[in-house]
Order: sequence, then C-alpha cells, then structure tokens
Amino acid sequence: MSNPPAPAIRFDQVSRHFGDVKAVDLVNLEVRDGEFFSMLGPSGSGKTTCLRMIAGFDRPTSGQIFLYGQDVSDLPPYERDVNTVFQDYALFPHMNVADNVAYGLMVKKVNKSERMRRAEEMLELTRLAGFGKRKPSQLSGGQRQRVALARALINHPKVLLLDEPLGALDLKLRQQMQVELKSIQQRVGITFIFVTHDQEEALTMSDRIAVFNEGKICQVGAPAEIYERPASPFVAGFVGTSNLIGGEVAKRLTGSDTMFSIRPEKIHLGKVESQPEADMVSVEGVVRDVVYLGLFTRYLVETEGGNDLVVVEQNLKTTSMDVLSVKGQKVRLLWHRDHMNPVGG
Amino acid sequence: MLNRASTYLYRRPRLALALLLGPPMMYMVVVYLGSLFNLLVYSFYSLEGFTGLIVRKFTLSTYAQLFEPANLDIFKRTTMMAAAVTFADALIAFPLAYYTAKFASPRLKTWLVIAITMPLWSSYLVRVYAWKLILAQEGILSWFINLLHLDGVLNWLLGFESIGGSSLALSPIGLFIVFVYIWLPYMILPVLTSLERVPKSLLEASGDLGAKPLQTFRAVILPLAFPGVVAGSIFTFSLTLGDFIAPIVLGNSKFFIGMAVYSYQGTAGNIPLAAAMTMGPIVIMIVYLLLARRLGAFDAL
Repeated sequence: MSNPPAPAIRFDQVSRHFGDVKAVDLVNLEVRDGEFFSMLGPSGSGKTTCLRMIAGFDRPTSGQIFLYGQDVSDLPPYERDVNTVFQDYALFPHMNVADNVAYGLMVKKVNKSERMRRAEEMLELTRLAGFGKRKPSQLSGGQRQRVALARALINHPKVLLLDEPLGALDLKLRQQMQVELKSIQQRVGITFIFVTHDQEEALTMSDRIAVFNEGKICQVGAPAEIYERPASPFVAGFVGTSNLIGGEVAKRLTGSDTMFSIRPEKIHLGKVESQPEADMVSVEGVVRDVVYLGLFTRYLVETEGGNDLVVVEQNLKTTSMDVLSVKGQKVRLLWHRDHMNPVGG
Repeated sequence: MLNRASTYLYRRPRLALALLLGPPMMYMVVVYLGSLFNLLVYSFYSLEGFTGLIVRKFTLSTYAQLFEPANLDIFKRTTMMAAAVTFADALIAFPLAYYTAKFASPRLKTWLVIAITMPLWSSYLVRVYAWKLILAQEGILSWFINLLHLDGVLNWLLGFESIGGSSLALSPIGLFIVFVYIWLPYMILPVLTSLERVPKSLLEASGDLGAKPLQTFRAVILPLAFPGVVAGSIFTFSLTLGDFIAPIVLGNSKFFIGMAVYSYQGTAGNIPLAAAMTMGPIVIMIVYLLLARRLGAFDAL
C-alpha cells in the first residue's frame, strides 16, 4: 500500500503571540491536498494570522508549519510555493493589468513574450481577456478581484490563500464570485485556503471548514457537519442561527441538563392542544414577536422555562395576515428528537 | 446680519470662492510674480560702465556677460554642487524615510519626525557658523578623524585642487557636507510622505509572488516613492542653487550663483547683471522639472 499523500498544510502546535495577546494558541490543523478549505471566525479569532503564517508574512512564536511535508516555518514568503489574494487586492498601481498578472513571472526572469502569453491565459481564465493594457485604477472592484486572482495563480502555487477576498464586493457580485471561485478551483485543482467571517460564504464554497474563536479552532468538518452537528455553543451560534436550550427544560426533554442546540427551521409551530408524535418532543410557549420576511416568517417564542426560541417557518400556505395574527398567542413548539444536538457547556 | 451674509454667499459659490482666493492670489501675482517680472525686465537693461548708472534700454549685452568664462564657471560650479548635494541627500534620506514610514512604531515615528525637523527650529545662520567650528582645522571633526587615524585620507582628499583646501571649513568638501546637512529635512519629508502612501500589502504581495527584497525595492518601492524623491530633489537642488550664505561663511570663497548675485547687486551695484544671473537658476530648474516630467515623476501625483 502506498503512503497517503502528505497534507497540503499541517500546523503542529502553532502559536503566535503579539505581546500578551495570544492571537493563535496551540493550533493543530491539516488541510488536505486539493480541497477548498475555509477558515471561519469572527474578527480577531486568529484566522487571518494563521493565513499570514502560511504565506510567511508572520512567523509562529512556537510550533511548526508544513507545506506538503516540508517545514516552512522559517522560510521567507518568496521561498514558499504559496500565493495570496489580498483583502485589498494589493494590485501595483504603477503597472497595467498584464504586468500585474505577470509580476510573478517577471521576478523569476521569464522572458517578456512568454510572460505576456501566460498572463493573457490567466486573464482568460478569470474572464478578463482584453483588459491587459488597463491600469488597476480603471477597473471596478469585481474586476480588480479577478486580476488579483489571476496574478496569484500564474505561478501555479501549491496552495492559494484567499484573505476575505469578497469582503468589499456587493451582495450580487459576491454570490457570483463565490460560484466562480469554486469553479476555478476545480479547474486548476489547487488547494484553496479561504479566510472569511461570513458563514454563508464558507458553507457555500467549502469542502471543509475550520471554525476559529479566540485563537483556537473550535471545530473542523464538512459544511453539513458543522451546521447540523455544531460541537460547541459558540459554533452553534456563529454558524447560522441556533437555539440553545439548557437547564430545567433540557432535563425535562432529554433527561440530562446538558445544553443542546436546535435550528430554528427544525422547530414546528403547532396549536397548543396538538399532541407530539412518538419521536417528537414539545414545549409550550407564547409568541412574543413575528417578523414577516416574504419567503418565510421568523417567530420569537418565549417558552415556559423562560427560554427565547427563534422559529422559522416557510410561508407555504400562510399569508402575512395569517402569520401576524399569531402574535401573543399560546403555541406548542414541536421538533424531532434527532434534530437536537448536544453542545456541552 | 451675519446670517444673511452667509446665506447670500451660500447662493453665490463663485463669489465666495473669489473672496476666499482673491487676497492670496493678489499677493501671489502682484508681490511674488510681480517682483520676479521686474527682475526679468531689469535683466534686459545694462550698466553704464563709467557712471555706474542703469541704462533703461532693451539690450542683450548683460546676458552676453553671463557667457564669459568666469560666469560660466560659476554656473558650472553651483550646478555640480547642487546635483551632488541632491544625490547625497536622496541617498541618506531614503533608508531613514523608509524605516520611519514602514517599520517604526507610531510612537517612535513621532519622535523620528520631530528629530528630522528639529534642526529647522534653529536659525540657519547659527547652524552654518556652528558647522564652521565643527569643520575647522582644530575642530571636532578633525579631532574625530585623527582619533580614527584617518587623517591621511582626509589630507589626501583635501589635496585635490578642485574640491580640497587648507582645512575642511575652507574647502568645497566642507561646503558640500554643510549643504547636505542643511537641506536633508527637505528631502526626507517628501520621501517619507510618498512611502507612507504605499500600502504594506503591496510589499507583501511582491514578496508573496516570489520577489526577493532587492527586486521588491526596484520594482515596487522605488517607482512608487520616486515622485517623493523628485519633490525632495526640487527643494534640495533649488535651495543649493540659490544659497549665498553658506558659500560666504565656508569654502574657498570661489563664487556660487547666490554669492555672485549678492555681490553684483550689493558691492558692485550692477543690478542688471545680478538680475540676469538670477534667471540662471530659474532656467536650470525649468529644464530640471521638464526632465523629471519626462521620467514620469509626476504621473502618480
């Protein structure tokens, strides 16, 4: 049997301290060859610092970073086979688009005609053919984004790092770029490491996600796994909306007072006199607030145990008049026992 | 009343602009450019050699005098000095400005900027005379050079006829050192400003794409900081061209443009020749700026 391929990136007990602040604290991590890997977390959670350490802009205070088995912890950026798409794009303002894209080849002293040919290829890949002669200042945000991507891909890096690259784009463009990034990644077959604070973005594009908080990784897994089975209250709250239920109510429903999470869309809003089926559980409550959102309605229900639960129901048969009339009424919340997910804490 | 006036001006933005810009523009045009124009007019007059009176009749004879070997020598000497000073200032200023802009902590940066500008707080004359003492035969610099047993090198340098002299204070080398010192802040500040406008992510991107530090410097930092260097060189170059005090106090008393102007209009009373001489630096600066524009120094402005 042959050895399994070395992971694209491996963190071995990596820490990065800035003075007293532990930006990254004893992180262990493996990114597989060829996957689209997202680092998700709020700002200041250490995800960008991890990315910068992979790129070589920052060095770990302790621990080691491996790129396909090679220890790169102390290598300068220009000796690492990784490239970065920056949050602010970082295009060179004094060069035109083609020269920007070809920069990685220029510093490797590839001759001019070869450089221009490959730059044009890259611009075609990112659907910017014919823009080579323009200056970055003459491009829109989305186009600059593509130039930055083309520039980072021209050296065929082993790993491509993307630091919140879609943050500055408007919603429509962002969604379009998400699809495009994913398809480019599949076409070039390079490992992508994508840093974002947008959970929806991470869920849409990633093969796997690492959720960061306070310098540590809370959970690593496929999007569905992260969403359906959050391992901690933090993950449950950060990725999508979650209801956390603990204490007395948890004890009555599950027999233990371990906290569990339940997603708003898994809860069914029923009449107070309805009876739960065999594998369902239920609590009574009063609807405190109703927000009609067109496609669905969000209810805020205060349960008997004093928990506020968010419930989301699609407006399949109901109108806005129907749903708004529920406000202030007593209801019964029902959900499937399997959808409860213990989160500890 | 005041309220009505501001409403009135709000509705007439052009009038408001004229009132705001009028006085300074008047000053600029009348006092500043006017006197320069006056100078230009005088440069086309001539001096009656016998009576020492100014003949107010158009002539090019004053300009012809500029092309006498002695005067050409003055232009050559001054321009070479200005170029050397500018070059040395750029060389010294760049690393200092680069460190201050890109690596110093905000606190240290404040202190560095204060340190850079501090010499400007004291009188120019005092500093020039202070340098005369520093550079004197028995001065602190000679003492220090002797301490390093480099007096042989110093004497060798002073031995050159064109740049040497009996001591540093009395040689063009000493004058050069003082010029470099005096105009240095005027080079550092514009370079610092231009480097501060270069985002750090550009330098990271360059390294990320495989450029070694020297390549990053040549392909990214230098082109983006170049307008700052040119701005600084305009200061150092033109200030050296026009200065007349330092060459009077220091050096081997060979004429520089400023000195010549000073003595023509003062002792000699030859205002037309002084005026014509003043046009020299102006023409040199115009040529310099055109060259700088050719090199693309103002593209990024």
